[in-house]
Amino acid sequence: MTLDAPVDLADHTPPPESGRGRLRRLLDRNWFAWAMVIPTVVVLGVLVFFPLVQGVYQSFTNLNEGNQQSEICTKTLGGGEVCKPNPKQAEFVGLDNYKRILTGETGKFWLQFTNTIAWTLACVTFHYSIGLGLAVMLNRRFKGRGLYRVLLIVPWAVPAFVSAFAWKFLFNHDFGLINALLTQVGLDPVEWFNHRWTAIFAAVVTNIWLGVPFMMVALLGGLQSISGDLYEAASMDGASPWQRFRNITLPGLRPVSASVILLGTIWTFNMFPIIFFVTGGEPAGESEILVTGAFRAAFEGLRNYSLAATYGVLILSMLVVFAGAYRRMLRNQGEVF
Amino acid sequence: MSEILAAEAVATGDATEPRKAFGPPPRQRRERSPLASLALHGTLVLAVLIALFPVVWVFLSSLKPPSEIRRSEISLFNSPNLENYKSVLLDTPFPTWFLNSVVVAGFTMVIGISMSATAGYALARFNFAGKRGLMWLFLITQMFPVAILIVPIYTIMANLGLIDTKLSLIIAYCSTAVPFCAWMMKGYFETIPRELDEAASLDGLGPFSTFWRVILPLARPGIAVTAFYTFLTAWGEVAYAIAFMQTDSHLTLGAGLQQFVPQFNQRWELLTPAAILIMVPAGIVFFFAQKHLVGGLTAGGTKG
Repeated sequence: MTLDAPVDLADHTPPPESGRGRLRRLLDRNWFAWAMVIPTVVVLGVLVFFPLVQGVYQSFTNLNEGNQQSEICTKTLGGGEVCKPNPKQAEFVGLDNYKRILTGETGKFWLQFTNTIAWTLACVTFHYSIGLGLAVMLNRRFKGRGLYRVLLIVPWAVPAFVSAFAWKFLFNHDFGLINALLTQVGLDPVEWFNHRWTAIFAAVVTNIWLGVPFMMVALLGGLQSISGDLYEAASMDGASPWQRFRNITLPGLRPVSASVILLGTIWTFNMFPIIFFVTGGEPAGESEILVTGAFRAAFEGLRNYSLAATYGVLILSMLVVFAGAYRRMLRNQGEVF
Repeated sequence: MSEILAAEAVATGDATEPRKAFGPPPRQRRERSPLASLALHGTLVLAVLIALFPVVWVFLSSLKPPSEIRRSEISLFNSPNLENYKSVLLDTPFPTWFLNSVVVAGFTMVIGISMSATAGYALARFNFAGKRGLMWLFLITQMFPVAILIVPIYTIMANLGLIDTKLSLIIAYCSTAVPFCAWMMKGYFETIPRELDEAASLDGLGPFSTFWRVILPLARPGIAVTAFYTFLTAWGEVAYAIAFMQTDSHLTLGAGLQQFVPQFNQRWELLTPAAILIMVPAGIVFFFAQKHLVGGLTAGGTKG
């Protein structure tokens, strides 16, 4: 929602301060501003940037559960401890992890990549279109609008993992509501989690249900900032409802849309709990996306930390490339950002 | 399936229908035809039903005896009783997990609000060296997948001896929630006229007390949204919780709940009441924040 701001920042510098007194006062206040941001900066530095650097480093090693210690200590009979250097310590292996992942030697990178793209595309498209539709409706004045709004935001208030379990329950093969309804209308019940795409479908439905309220609320905010005079002027000029939507609503929403689509894409790409709980990777890891695949590599079975770190670096690079391309595209369309 | 397809058909319908029926701007509402009105309410009612039915269904199921939950026929009520709630509260570690989650989410909320409010205010009001870079950093952290951070953060926590403690989760959640919240708060503070700060400083208030006594009270809607966001982030997070927490009695809800539905012998009669109980605090926080949600988010979105 606030994502348009940095873009905004890039293109116009703050207006020059007028007068010396004001400038000096700002300088005097510098310490104060820093005092206010320092706690955040420190926490981010220690817990985001330091780990990031470490993660990138780990992706070039063969670190796993077995070789993470630099020393192996064994208890002696006398109660003391003898420590010897670990003979099989984690070592630098260069681009080995990347090679093994990208050629499919370890893990199922390309399968998970395809899943992630399909998952993100489907989720964001439906989030945005449904959210926009509902926002446009709620932006009109009618009785009961407030009540509709509150009720429609309910899925947002449900924690993601609870929604995941709720939908897993609904999609249950034997006693889920959805299969019960299918049987009711004379169709065969579906084994949702026995096929790759039906499993992903179930997860996508869950995530759509979960994510629409955010889009709706953000877009509703954007709609409310469009001046009503524009619509009035347009209808006086004889613009049809569709023309008004195309030429006033959509352009007016563009800053908000640009932010929420970028943010939504990033969030969906990294969405962990839905896939993890709804499909659990069934059947046999075929419905896994990159983030859940990386998590399983790191914390299930023999913990392969370096593999997970490599996944992480790959995911991050994809998102950075996407965000860059997205901004460039907006700029090429002549957006005033 | 038909239910879902219908949902999507309607949903895509939602996106196109209002375009056709976009009709007059709000103030000329007398002109809306009864038919358009019917379509509007019809679509919204359907959307509300879709939004509510999973929650309602889980609630109804939580009241059924275990054998009835496993029946494939649809029945809304079937000898409803509170036995499932009793067994989840008395015979499982659920209450402990719940308490753990309350502590973690509560602290995350308080720490998250204080950090993001101060940082957001500084970003909104002052020009200082490094401000632009800082804002970019806040933004970029949004892109970091949990996959790249979780292992190094795990190592750091292990070195500090914090693995399997609530503190490790609070710290991890704050670091994910604060950058976004700082952005949100910045957007909100920018909607509060600067003249107020200037007036306060003319009246002799220092920068800290201006912030504390003048601006913060005015920023209540923004704070409500931040509270909502941080609380739900912590309340609903699972990846860190599963990775960091090891002892059964230290688990939070997200990590604990999956124990009810392992691959085999899934105990939905425990999961459904637990799910309902988890929604209650989230619902309460949501209820207090919801009237500010649109305003708070808009401020961020349009004024950035």
